[in-house]
Amino acid sequence: MKTEKLDIHNKLFPILKAIPDPEIPVLSIIDLGVVRSAKLEDNKAKVKITPTYSGCPAMDVIGDDIKKALKDNGFEPSVELILSPAWTTDWMTEEGKAALKKYGIAPPMDATSDKKALLGEAKVIPCPQCESTNTKLVSQFASTACKAMFKCEDCEETFDYFKCLI
Amino acid sequence: MNNQNLTHYLYGLADNALILGQRLSELCGHGPTLETDIALTNIALDLLGQTRSYYQYIANLSHENLSEDDVAFLRKEHEYRNVLLVEQPNADFAYVITRQYFFDVFHFLMLEKLQNSKDLNLKAIAQKSIKEVSYHKRFSGDWLKRLGDGTELSQEKVQNAVNDLWVFTNELFETSKADQTVLKELQIESPETFKSDYYKIISSTLEEAKLNVPEVTYFQEGGKQGIHSEHMGYILADMQYMQRTYPDMKW
Repeated sequence: MKTEKLDIHNKLFPILKAIPDPEIPVLSIIDLGVVRSAKLEDNKAKVKITPTYSGCPAMDVIGDDIKKALKDNGFEPSVELILSPAWTTDWMTEEGKAALKKYGIAPPMDATSDKKALLGEAKVIPCPQCESTNTKLVSQFASTACKAMFKCEDCEETFDYFKCLI
Repeated sequence: MNNQNLTHYLYGLADNALILGQRLSELCGHGPTLETDIALTNIALDLLGQTRSYYQYIANLSHENLSEDDVAFLRKEHEYRNVLLVEQPNADFAYVITRQYFFDVFHFLMLEKLQNSKDLNLKAIAQKSIKEVSYHKRFSGDWLKRLGDGTELSQEKVQNAVNDLWVFTNELFETSKADQTVLKELQIESPETFKSDYYKIISSTLEEAKLNVPEVTYFQEGGKQGIHSEHMGYILADMQYMQRTYPDMKW
């Protein structure tokens, strides 16, 4: 697990932390790991964000949400989209993973288990509803590019699994 | 670095992703099952996202204040540098999957090399895209095997697709003089260096899928030089209609 110290100004942190991901509203954009830095110079707030997937349609909305929230708090915002280093599920916080699970989305596993699960070699993804690992891959792509669809063979619920990207 | 050469090279990368993304988008709501529909359109979304990264780079290189939309929507057919493979129609699901797999394997190998480029923008785009493409390749490869090693009918259909699309594979490795200059200057390995790996991977998957590897020595090319098949005009008509009719329109 890579834990990094991000350069996020402490005056901006609570504002950004309160902004939800537009597609998974229980997850803050901070917990998702898309905010890479937020600097404050005088009144100018400069925020750098990175997409989870290249085509993620939520990025434009996230950019607008950040600008609006910062403006509402009296800052002059600018948002820059950066590609490098590329986003990884390792940047998702533990708090974020817990929120995902509570919401009914299985959080990303480590890379080895993820691969085994997506290749259908091992039953390792726990069902977010009943915790059973007797789960089966239905589709490698689900409601968004960042998720796969699984079905629990015990409680028979289908659920989204947030795919590991490293 | 000469901007003109670099732009020319970038169009080669970007237009493949754009046109394949556009082709896959046509399937939105028309996939054979809900899961494959969603998967194919998710792949389209990844490809269009990658296209945007390349086009933004091209727009930044231009001195004419171009935007990414200008380069996507306002060029003429002969100015697109995509390979013929990606403009082939969605004849049936077997074609869609075969076209995808033939492209995905190339795409993956190409991005592996691009990751080591001296150009930091290209390096960043490649490092981002390759993670997505590894999922695409897995999806199309799995389906190719399932269709090939499936019923008599699915095998016949996918074998036909393999036979028909095979002639377009060689063009993936074609490079123009300007491309070669860029590859050399940015220290990117030429596609020629992984051509044999490409055919080895494809052949072994076809074998696993119980399909025959076509014995064709004639290959079709032209797309990279702007000489497209009859399908390209229809794709562009569909894609460019709004921007041509209402110039500078925004969503």
